[in-house]
Amino acid sequence: MTSESTVIRGVCPYGEEPVDFVIAGGVIAEIVKAGTGAGRVIDGSDLIALPGFVDVHTHLREPGHEDAETVETGSRAAALGGFTAVFAMANTSPVADTAGVVEQVWHLGQETGLVDVIPVGAVTVGLGGEHLAELGAMATSVAQVRMFSDDGKCVHDAAIMRRALEYVKAFDGVIAQHAQEPRLTVDAQMNEGALSGQLGLTGWPSVAEESIVARDVLLAEHVNSRLHVCHVSTAGSVDVIRWAKSRGIKVTAEVTPHHLLLTEDLVASYDPVYKVNPPLRTRADIAALRAALADGTIDAIATDHAPHPHEDKDCEWAAAAFGMLGLQTSFSIAVLTMIDSGLLDWRALADRMSVRPARIGHAVGHGHDLVVGVPANICVVDPAASWVVEPLTFVSKSRNSPYSGMTLPGKVVHVFKAGKATVVDGGLAW
Amino acid sequence: MRHLLSAGDLDVDSACLILDTAAQLASVTDRSVKKLPTLRGRTVVNLFFEDSTRTRISFEIAAKRLSADVINFVAKSSSVSKGESLKDTALTLEAMGADAVVIRHSSSGAPHRLATAGWIQGSVVNAGDGTHEHPTQALLDAFTLRHHLRDGTGDLAGLRVAIVGDILHSRVARSNVLLLRTLGAHATVVAPPTLLPYGVNEWPCSVSYDLDEVLPNVDAVMMLRVQTERMQAAYFPSVNEYSRRYGLDIRRMGLLPPHAIILHPGPMNRGMEISADVADSTRAVMAEQVANGVSIRMAVLYLLLGGMSEDDRKGL
Ligand SMILES: [Zn+2]
Repeated sequence: MTSESTVIRGVCPYGEEPVDFVIAGGVIAEIVKAGTGAGRVIDGSDLIALPGFVDVHTHLREPGHEDAETVETGSRAAALGGFTAVFAMANTSPVADTAGVVEQVWHLGQETGLVDVIPVGAVTVGLGGEHLAELGAMATSVAQVRMFSDDGKCVHDAAIMRRALEYVKAFDGVIAQHAQEPRLTVDAQMNEGALSGQLGLTGWPSVAEESIVARDVLLAEHVNSRLHVCHVSTAGSVDVIRWAKSRGIKVTAEVTPHHLLLTEDLVASYDPVYKVNPPLRTRADIAALRAALADGTIDAIATDHAPHPHEDKDCEWAAAAFGMLGLQTSFSIAVLTMIDSGLLDWRALADRMSVRPARIGHAVGHGHDLVVGVPANICVVDPAASWVVEPLTFVSKSRNSPYSGMTLPGKVVHVFKAGKATVVDGGLAW
Repeated sequence: MRHLLSAGDLDVDSACLILDTAAQLASVTDRSVKKLPTLRGRTVVNLFFEDSTRTRISFEIAAKRLSADVINFVAKSSSVSKGESLKDTALTLEAMGADAVVIRHSSSGAPHRLATAGWIQGSVVNAGDGTHEHPTQALLDAFTLRHHLRDGTGDLAGLRVAIVGDILHSRVARSNVLLLRTLGAHATVVAPPTLLPYGVNEWPCSVSYDLDEVLPNVDAVMMLRVQTERMQAAYFPSVNEYSRRYGLDIRRMGLLPPHAIILHPGPMNRGMEISADVADSTRAVMAEQVANGVSIRMAVLYLLLGGMSEDDRKGL
């Protein structure tokens, strides 16, 4: 190989037998016997190589909320979290409901260059739920938007949802639904259950999610289009999606790291760091979500990374903003909940954190199995390492992590995006 | 005890200590000694984000009878303005050296935040937070029940109490269910199913939709205020239907055992949850509840701010 090639020496793809990955020209040029690859050497011994992670659900806050996050700081957090591509949700200010705004976000991502920032377009103008945004213009823009979502709000009008599902078929788009029946969740603050009654916090009932998921899978079936369900949080939604898939309905689904780990009991502290939408649910929901991710009913882990400035969380519960950071902790939570529990092996984890999310959103060049010739989007992790979460050290602009002080397993060590190192020895390459 | 945030934080001993202390303080103030020097030099702040003149005045009189300096801080509710004002106000109070903050807030859990977020050092007393709790109301209700239906001492073992009305939105109901259980009494919450919280069957009380069935078997009935605006959100069809099914009128009062008493935390909606003649009857003890509220709040401040010195004990 030429002097420009890089070798990840003795790394174990998917935790299997160690090999050398030779990276050149932005692709995996060779996979050879450990110790035999030529080029600039990066030590991969005792480490696992996975395809670079893809996050179909982040909030990078730019334009409009740069006090919470920017495309640059969010990209840095994403790279450190092992991601090579992230989808940026549309609820910015202005809303990403035109080709102009999605192109702006796309360009900002290119300038930073640490990950591919793929804009999500709004389904309706201003997330208002009434008029379809110019979905076609966003699809044909330089950002080539394929995923559309009013995330933060539900496309609650059944007729609008039907038309959106139909319309995006013209360019193989997908509607990513934030499933929340608005009339059932007026002023909702936490999971509706015995605890919400005790704490005096207005309940966010499971049925408000499940009724929309049920309606939407039937709409997707009726118009034969693609639906993606954002942040599935209840056992009932899992049942509906499993049923829909068994019928051949084109539905995919994601679950967040926090819904795989944290329960509503944390809300008893009234600490708004645990305030998130959809809310933290019960132990039974967590068990169902993990099982669904394991059997593939749920396709992807997606962070719903939602940065907020300190003052929006340093207040009383009702006044606080919804949302949690996720990019820098997602991999470790996945290890804790899915690998350590034996529910997923490394190949399956790669499927849920890279392959399937890339496919859902058409993230070109991402989510390929680690074979010769594919773009070198690679995440190298140390499965044996553990670390203590200290939000003050995060590269995200915000600090609202619910895992503060926790010791988590698994560390991202090196990341390559299109053959270029973005993270080396756990630190950003630039 | 550092704070009083929830009636659920009290065990039977600490609850009885508050009731006993209130009884002692009541007897002292009855004996024409209107003021005790106990909290001289201490500062109690009444921090009210929600307008409630009755509760604020009750705390104010209680603190003044203990010779504390009282600051009334009436703030606009922060639920719209992102809530920075709770923290900023807390930091201001901390700088002023508040020894205790009595807080009323429209947001459930605001007193918990005030006590645990690291904003202030002083004691926090929950004077009603959102639809969560109102522990001093439950204590004054227990004090009133103990006076009428027990001999004024000990717990409330075996007492049967119906709590009727908008349980879903009532902080008074939550605190009472918890404290009555702790004191050995048995509570039954009575309401249309729409006004009962999801999961109420896991509460330490019985649940009924039928007031007529419950009334013959209780020693006391607590009527809760029902806001007519609840009708707009379809919790019940009309004021008339609500009061027909769940209002306490003369006929229903007749279903109560002869010794049973009627409580209401106020302010009353006469003609809605309670008819005027019942509210004015001799079985209704609302005026006593108000008086007992001052004694209970004296006891709470007294115990939170260092309790009794030896001299104080002799004075009693
Ligand atoms: Zn969402």
